[in-house]
Amino acid sequence: MTDPADLIVVGAGPAGLAAAATALAGGLRVVLLDSGTALGGQYWRHPPEHARAAVPTDDLHHGLDRYRALCKALAQHRTSGRLDLRLEHHVWSAVRDGDGFAVHAVDRHEAPRETAVVVRAPRLLVATGAYDRQLPFPGWDLPGVLTIGGLQALLKGGGVAAGSRVALGGTGPFLLPVAAGLAARGVEVVEVCEAAHPRAWLRHPGPLLRNPGKWAEGAGYAAALVRHRVPLRPRAAIVAAEGGERVTAVRIASLAPDGSPRPGTERRVEVDAVGVGWGFAPQLDLLVPLGCALTDGVDGNAVVAVDEGMRTTVPGLYTAGETCGVGGAALAVNEGRLAAASVLADSRATRVPADKHLAALRSAVARQRAFARAMALAHPLPPAWSSWLTDETVVCRCEEVTAGAIRSARADGAHDHRQVKQLTRAGMGWCQGRMCGPAVHCLTARRGAYEPAERLVATPVTLGALADLDEAPAGTTCTADTACTAVTACTAGTTGTVCTQASTDNGETDKECS
Amino acid sequence: MTEMIVDGRPLPFVEGQTVAAALVATGRLAWRTTRVGHRPRGVFCGIGVCFDCLVTVDGAPGQRACLVPARPGMTVTTGEGDDD
Repeated sequence: MTDPADLIVVGAGPAGLAAAATALAGGLRVVLLDSGTALGGQYWRHPPEHARAAVPTDDLHHGLDRYRALCKALAQHRTSGRLDLRLEHHVWSAVRDGDGFAVHAVDRHEAPRETAVVVRAPRLLVATGAYDRQLPFPGWDLPGVLTIGGLQALLKGGGVAAGSRVALGGTGPFLLPVAAGLAARGVEVVEVCEAAHPRAWLRHPGPLLRNPGKWAEGAGYAAALVRHRVPLRPRAAIVAAEGGERVTAVRIASLAPDGSPRPGTERRVEVDAVGVGWGFAPQLDLLVPLGCALTDGVDGNAVVAVDEGMRTTVPGLYTAGETCGVGGAALAVNEGRLAAASVLADSRATRVPADKHLAALRSAVARQRAFARAMALAHPLPPAWSSWLTDETVVCRCEEVTAGAIRSARADGAHDHRQVKQLTRAGMGWCQGRMCGPAVHCLTARRGAYEPAERLVATPVTLGALADLDEAPAGTTCTADTACTAVTACTAGTTGTVCTQASTDNGETDKECS
Repeated sequence: MTEMIVDGRPLPFVEGQTVAAALVATGRLAWRTTRVGHRPRGVFCGIGVCFDCLVTVDGAPGQRACLVPARPGMTVTTGEGDDD
């Protein structure tokens, strides 16, 4: 693609794929970037095209027809030259640039070699999805304890099961497909511990009845669990993992309504792997530094505030999918379409979706959001989850900060995760608080949604790649006329210094947790 | 089946697998230790967010094994990268 792009889409999961397809159908020129080796994001994670025969994963997926239709649409536009698809591109920053945006990425298709890339366009759509939200427990950092998303990524992306006898725990419907997928690959799923009780759904029957597709999907997974004799334990949690060089057992307890373990109910179950997940945390790393307003989500996460057309408060910046509230792939696809329709309207494109089509989309999004809200209310973080921590439990995995240290910081007056970070280094390591942030927030803040720290570098990038970007000779840097120009190559091995993740999070004390 | 070199030894992998998937497929769940407590760590999030699975790839430290696709002849060194 040599003409300037009209739109940059970051993220090729359900929302980003749908957004790109709609924008392309409307006549726009689109650059689509994703860090993965294949289209699909986490939900439709696939091995790279050339390896699909070696790693069959079709039976692990839901909604593959839609995925294939989106991939086909994108392939046609790629052939016509209006789609510039950039897989294995890790976006580390997005900034305002004149009237539009500049998106900085590193091309890692020859990893660890990195090539700096800058893409510019008047409009930017961020569809970066979410990752598993974690709550620490004693032993959660033992090898063999993974996030449920991690277990599924290994299965869908590489055809690998991380264990042969696995216990799963946490809350939310995502536990079901992970359990079903593992069982389908011959793994003995010894127990699925769901902290909530299914009865909680009955408090919100409306959204359930209006989303029969979701209901059917859940029933399908439940039937698969019955078929594989996988026991599903409501109101139970994995409260500890045991082992040395790797996990060998979990302790499972029944939970009181507040989420505290019921005395005398704890059982020891031998396993060789564990999967845990407590809903999802939206991936906002590119959005927060751009300054778009956030709002409190029902699930305890801060999410991006959007209007009816998925516009953020920053002109020209749109978002869709889990970044504006976790709701699953079907909602993400519709939000992606809606966001792209707004891009088309705002760009004064000639081919915009018909009003009737837009009204149907908005209605579907409203219905699916009602379901997402019911889901969040039915699967909350148990209020008393911290009662299963000991003072020695590691909370920040990177800096190895314990629950005791965080409790001390709180006793010393720290009242949000930023202050805890300053006092204890929790959230200051490699992952920059992505894993421990929600938990530290719960342990210290008394109210409000978890708002992640502002991370100026969304993914580590070698200083060599950055330096080459600055030193690129005239003519190879990006101008408004070149949509995307690879600047120059950098071998990380020779310029091995890695710029990890600068953060502006200086623990400002005026920011109330509200 | 193709091979990469992990800690000087050949490690088979299936085309399309990441370095982490190839390690896990052979039963290895831990391949580095933490700085302070020297705790064993391996793959945790599996999608590039947690940085627990760091390895050195072709001499470049601090690479997330769960993101780097395995390639024939690639040299992977474990137990490094955690102090960078």
